[in-house]
Amino acid sequence: MSAVNLSNITKKFGDVTAVKELDLKIEEGEFFTFLGPSGCGKTTTLRMIAGFYYPTAGKVKFNDRDMTTVPPEKRNTGMVFQNYALFPHMTVAENVAFGLKVRKLERSKIKEKVKEVLGKVRLEKFIDRQVSQLSGGQQQRVALARALAIEPDILLLDEPLSNLDARLRDEMRTEILRLQRDYGITTIYVTHDQVEALSMSDRIAVFNEGMCQQIGTPTEIYNDPVNDFVAEFIGETNLYNVAYKDNRFHCAALGMEIQVEKPLDERLRNQELKISIRPEAIRVSDEEITGPNALRGKVKIVQFTGAAVHTLIELSKGVQLKVTTLNEGSFTYLQEGVEVVLQLPPEKIRVVPSIRERA
Amino acid sequence: MLNAEKRKTALLLVPIILVLAGYVLYPSIETTIESFQRDGAATLKNYGDFFGSKASSNLEALWNSVYISILSVLFSALIGVPLAFIFNRYDFPGRKFFSGAAIMPIVLPSLVGVMSFMFLYGEAGLVPNAIKDLFNLSKVPFSIGGVSGILLVHAYTMYPYFYMTCSSAINNIDPSLEDAAYNLGSNRWTVFLKVTFPLLTPALVAASLLVFMVSMASFSAPFLLAGGFRVLSLQIYFSKINGNLEMAATQSVILSVVSISFLLFMRWFQNRRDYRMASKGIGAHRSEVSNPFLKWTMVCLGIVAMIILLLPHATLLILSLVPEGTWTWQIYPTTFNLENYILLFKDTSIWDPVRNSLFMAFVASFGCFAFGIITSYALVKRKFIGKNLLDILVMIPWALPATVVGMNLILAFNKPTPFSFGQTLVGTFWILPLAYFVRFIPLVVRSTSAVLEQLDDSIEEAAQNLGAKWFYTFRKIVLPIIMPGVLSGTLLAFVQAVGEFPTSVLLYTLSNRPISIEIMNQLRMFNLGQAAAYGMIQVGLIAIVLFISYKFLGVKSENSM
Repeated sequence: MSAVNLSNITKKFGDVTAVKELDLKIEEGEFFTFLGPSGCGKTTTLRMIAGFYYPTAGKVKFNDRDMTTVPPEKRNTGMVFQNYALFPHMTVAENVAFGLKVRKLERSKIKEKVKEVLGKVRLEKFIDRQVSQLSGGQQQRVALARALAIEPDILLLDEPLSNLDARLRDEMRTEILRLQRDYGITTIYVTHDQVEALSMSDRIAVFNEGMCQQIGTPTEIYNDPVNDFVAEFIGETNLYNVAYKDNRFHCAALGMEIQVEKPLDERLRNQELKISIRPEAIRVSDEEITGPNALRGKVKIVQFTGAAVHTLIELSKGVQLKVTTLNEGSFTYLQEGVEVVLQLPPEKIRVVPSIRERA
Repeated sequence: MLNAEKRKTALLLVPIILVLAGYVLYPSIETTIESFQRDGAATLKNYGDFFGSKASSNLEALWNSVYISILSVLFSALIGVPLAFIFNRYDFPGRKFFSGAAIMPIVLPSLVGVMSFMFLYGEAGLVPNAIKDLFNLSKVPFSIGGVSGILLVHAYTMYPYFYMTCSSAINNIDPSLEDAAYNLGSNRWTVFLKVTFPLLTPALVAASLLVFMVSMASFSAPFLLAGGFRVLSLQIYFSKINGNLEMAATQSVILSVVSISFLLFMRWFQNRRDYRMASKGIGAHRSEVSNPFLKWTMVCLGIVAMIILLLPHATLLILSLVPEGTWTWQIYPTTFNLENYILLFKDTSIWDPVRNSLFMAFVASFGCFAFGIITSYALVKRKFIGKNLLDILVMIPWALPATVVGMNLILAFNKPTPFSFGQTLVGTFWILPLAYFVRFIPLVVRSTSAVLEQLDDSIEEAAQNLGAKWFYTFRKIVLPIIMPGVLSGTLLAFVQAVGEFPTSVLLYTLSNRPISIEIMNQLRMFNLGQAAAYGMIQVGLIAIVLFISYKFLGVKSENSM
């Protein structure tokens, strides 16, 4: 098992900078996720850890060993590819045994180990199947078993669930977590799916345009995003521009001054600012609400999703607000077209710098 | 380290470049140099002679080649395209069988095909004579020869190019596109004109270019049927036979320029790929013919077409059973037995050409096999500067007419060179295997590249990630996966080498006389039975190889060209 230390990594492909000045430390045994939209540099970073790319600048270290230019076959990482990359001409057992054969283990040892790992991923019954005869989920397990069989120092997962259907994805999420806990192995997981990231990770690094935006636990990232990109990419949120003057936040869109509990970080004083408030934090009522940040609006669209109800409320022309409430019975649903009163609780509002205004 | 990767690529490229430079580039250059020489001095005289009034036959031959090729394209298209539509769009009894039989012309090697056409429709052919006999005519009503003969043979042997490319294009058309057009209110004719036909254009253009090139290069048909008619590929042969190597070189250069510009044009056209289907995994969509009259008319037409298509094969088989000296003045042969086949094993002078062909084809295809694997791998999976150039260089032997390849080798190796280890190769046994090797490199490279392109990079990366070194990965992962593609290409190279005529006729010696030369000799001695028996061996080999490729290597027949 290893800790991974990336220091000041930059990767360029020709003129395009895929990853820029990345500093990252992943602890031993940690489940660490790279999260971001496509083309943000997360897979490039993973491939630099696996050794398929060498960084243009910077260093990759496993524990204290410098691995920056070590070829992939000497890194002892186990990688699960997005398309699984199973060897199509081999059986399940042969696929799993491949890495062990390369390591010149004894025949009996290999057999034993293959059985053990396939047992772990619950595929003992399919040991002699051809991989093409397996379903997507089963192929995924073979890919996992193959990577785990070599007892890698680090397990690398490149969007492993993106080819599975929704139900199977839920199942495999639990499965991967169980295996990771079983083996206690340092795991790096690449995904663009925020639900996967939030539900599985010990820590998450959010990427955008080759830069790491924020590193933190799922709760930190969700509750205290560092900027409007992170706030918007992870979960739903309502974002409004605000102007800061004399310790007050004036929001032109809402036409009012917004009270925020947390004082503004001094470093953000001269930046463009936004307030972010999650839909589930907003209080809605058809009766009068007193207190700070109270607003009026008209219900435009009500979407029923089962566990929750999403409501889109129009405050004034062109200004809208998303609200999510738990399903507490049909009498609580709002009717479209009804006037309502809202309140944005000051302790739930975050003030973040804006980095995406240019777009 | 990056350098290690680059070193590996360089190591792969060294043998590839050596072989291509030595056996493709250098011979072409030698020919070009030769074409600018007259009596040991550099001059433009040869070209002056070619285009000048002094030898108008050359210009006439060039013109003939071009116009025969254009007509061949037209006739092949007129047969191939409607067939492709009928067999892929309509369902009627026997459709599957007919569509399989429609590609039967490809199992006839060119020389054998021409031969059976002569047996059938020539001056002494079975069909004209049978008609004469039936209607008590004083003369045969028709016989093929000259331009009509060449065109008939070309249409017969080349329409499969249109049939196959069109069939696969038709099957790739997403039916919902046409449904969408109907839904928007178009009638059948508009849908065909505005939707289906434009979607087929790339396939039609590709097939046209292919047929044009193949018929520019065609040698066997003019060789046996032309009479006094001149075409450029044949003129090269005559110049060489007459000992005028400089003129042969000049004619080769001009034919090469035409062919290579077509190759470049085709590459450009294929890379354009305007119409890619957005949707994948389309099921066949055929409409059942329900009108019984129409249905049975189609079946009857199908049967008649099949008879015409398979007549050459049948003739070949029947004639191969006619022993020597039993069919002289009679209209039809009377005696049939297996003597011609038995002689193959009894008489060493009859068996020798077969052995020579098999051995030389084996050596050549083995070379293609090894070279093809390395070259495809480098071209598909490695990055390096000049890749496009290398790709073109590999495909050049495919674009060059066989006669030109033969001439190139003659002019390059009629003296000791480093590439022939200081030996003069012309006039030895080894010049022919070398010619076959050069001719069929592109076949193996293409079929190998097709499978390699399917192989996702992540498969190799996965092996590497699990700790396998490059060579181990190549041996245990890449090779087994691509083997079917490599083998099908190699087998095809093998049978084509067994049937190869144009280079053989330019380069053979007494010691390596292959089957096709012996067929020619037997024809000259009017021993048709033995010639047909030799032909049957070639046909049988091709049939076996196509069957193996189809059954065990998972290759579709349309990819086998």
